[in-house]
Amino acid sequence: MNKIEVKGLYKAYSDKGRRINGYDECRLPEGSTVLHDINLSIKRRSFTCFVGPSGCGKSTLLRIMAGFEHPTKGWVFIDGMPVNGPSPRHIFVFQEDGLLPWMTTRENVALGVRDIKDSDERRRRIIEYIELVGLKGFEDHYPHELSGGMRRRAEVARALITNPDILFMDEPFGALDFLTRLQMREEMINVHMMFDTTILFITHDIDEAIQLGDQIVILSERPTNLRADIPLAFPHPRDFTKGGLAALRRDIYFQMGIHTAL
Amino acid sequence: MGEDGGERKNGFMKGALSKCRQADRILPALTVVVIIALWEWVVRIFSISPGVLPPPSRVAAALWGLAKSGVLFDYTVASLFRVTWGYFLAVAAAVPIGMFLGLWPLGRAVFNPIIQFLRPISPLAWIPLAILWLGIGDKPAVFLIFLAVFFPMLVCVMGSVAGIKVTYFRIAQNFGLTGYRLYTKVVLPAALPEIVVGLRITLGTAWLVIVAAEMIAVKSGLGYLIVDARNSLRMDRVIGGMVVIGIIGLALDRIIRRLETLPSVRWKRMQR
Ligand SMILES: Nc1ncnc2c1ncn2[C@@H]1O[C@H](COP(=O)(O)OP(=O)(O)OP(=O)(O)O)[C@@H](O)[C@H]1O
Ligand SMILES: [Mg+2]
Repeated sequence: MNKIEVKGLYKAYSDKGRRINGYDECRLPEGSTVLHDINLSIKRRSFTCFVGPSGCGKSTLLRIMAGFEHPTKGWVFIDGMPVNGPSPRHIFVFQEDGLLPWMTTRENVALGVRDIKDSDERRRRIIEYIELVGLKGFEDHYPHELSGGMRRRAEVARALITNPDILFMDEPFGALDFLTRLQMREEMINVHMMFDTTILFITHDIDEAIQLGDQIVILSERPTNLRADIPLAFPHPRDFTKGGLAALRRDIYFQMGIHTAL
Repeated sequence: MGEDGGERKNGFMKGALSKCRQADRILPALTVVVIIALWEWVVRIFSISPGVLPPPSRVAAALWGLAKSGVLFDYTVASLFRVTWGYFLAVAAAVPIGMFLGLWPLGRAVFNPIIQFLRPISPLAWIPLAILWLGIGDKPAVFLIFLAVFFPMLVCVMGSVAGIKVTYFRIAQNFGLTGYRLYTKVVLPAALPEIVVGLRITLGTAWLVIVAAEMIAVKSGLGYLIVDARNSLRMDRVIGGMVVIGIIGLALDRIIRRLETLPSVRWKRMQR
């Protein structure tokens, strides 16, 4: 069975901020539809990358799958059960700052291990995960005392420490510089090998998607539909300047509307 | 050599910084001394009658007299007692109610018209009713302070809670923070920086209002001291009372400003 199934998903925002209850898609106001009939299957333990034009509804789609928002129409099933709210088993890494700014790194990471009763065990785990993401020595720093990359890593630590079933990541490295981003990609590949987690990853960087994903989902302009759903069975490390991957990369650029050979 | 230069430069910087800090302390003190001297000088030069503007020396003597008789201490305690009660009761009521309404748009829609209507009415306008309902004494004064603090504080807490980023609530949901944990770990800390600003402003208001209230509703306190002194045409005592009120107001502000340096409050200013 697939881990996540999305069936006939529609999402519309009303202009006046009112929720739209009408199930008849024809009655939705013109231009308010963001997601238009999305159908997706995502395998257990896969790494799925979502790319698409800005404002097409990538974040919206992920938020619905994570249970933070409800679809106007359609269903999301996780393990065969319909999603009806967020779960501590499905951790979301946010597009903008997702650390609680009044808590230190340690306290933020500790949010992920509240169910461990033994306080020594809890402390040990927190230290272990802070070290895993390379933030040793910054346990008692507040988010504003960390760099952008360190904040993302703290958030990743907080997500991983829960040993999540699904990790939703909304452009987690979008605001980072080129080198830090490459480092974080490498760490994501390690994480995916070490942990038994299904990862859904939004990016606007096609190369990032090609390097990371087992599956790449390309979304169209609004009203958003699937433009392509491409499986990638290439081993890591991946060099997208050569061979089949290079051809695939050209193809994806083409689908995104970039026609000249870059 | 380079290290040496760095050291010297560092030492120089430290010297300049500490000088700067000293200046921060000395300059205000100097201003006060100059103003007092000028005041004394003007009164003497133009031989202004002490019934119109007593010189600082007379004010100091009057204050000393009041302090020796114990009246000043008793009145200060009386004023602070009323402010403390009114302030803490109002804050204790406004914070939970404000948090509740801040998270509940429907409740906000229901109660907001009432709150917005009552808020601009000066607490002093309540004096007749306060005396009618609660008699003369501490109770009406405490009630007025309560009114002066409760409404602004309620609006402040409500607004700050309603303005909390939705992302923070999603994080809380995602990590299963519910019930009182949601309040203590997310709602309160997220709103705290703005609540502390409200606490500071309303403490100032409370101190302003108590003096006015004591002029009418009670027979003790620093406000009463001033009215009483005016009735016996003792302008030196009137100004002495004003000076004490100013100093205590300043001290209260200093104390509450400490809250702003707590790490759980500072985060908002440190962002970006
Ligand atoms: N709460 C909302 N009310 C109304 N419209 C909304 C709301 N949230 C999102 N939208 C609209 O939905 C569309 C999709 O938004 P979304 O944030 O999902 O885009 P995105 O694909 O993540 O974009 P980006 O790559 O820039 O992050 C946008 O056009 C936005 O205007
Ligand atoms: Mg987005």
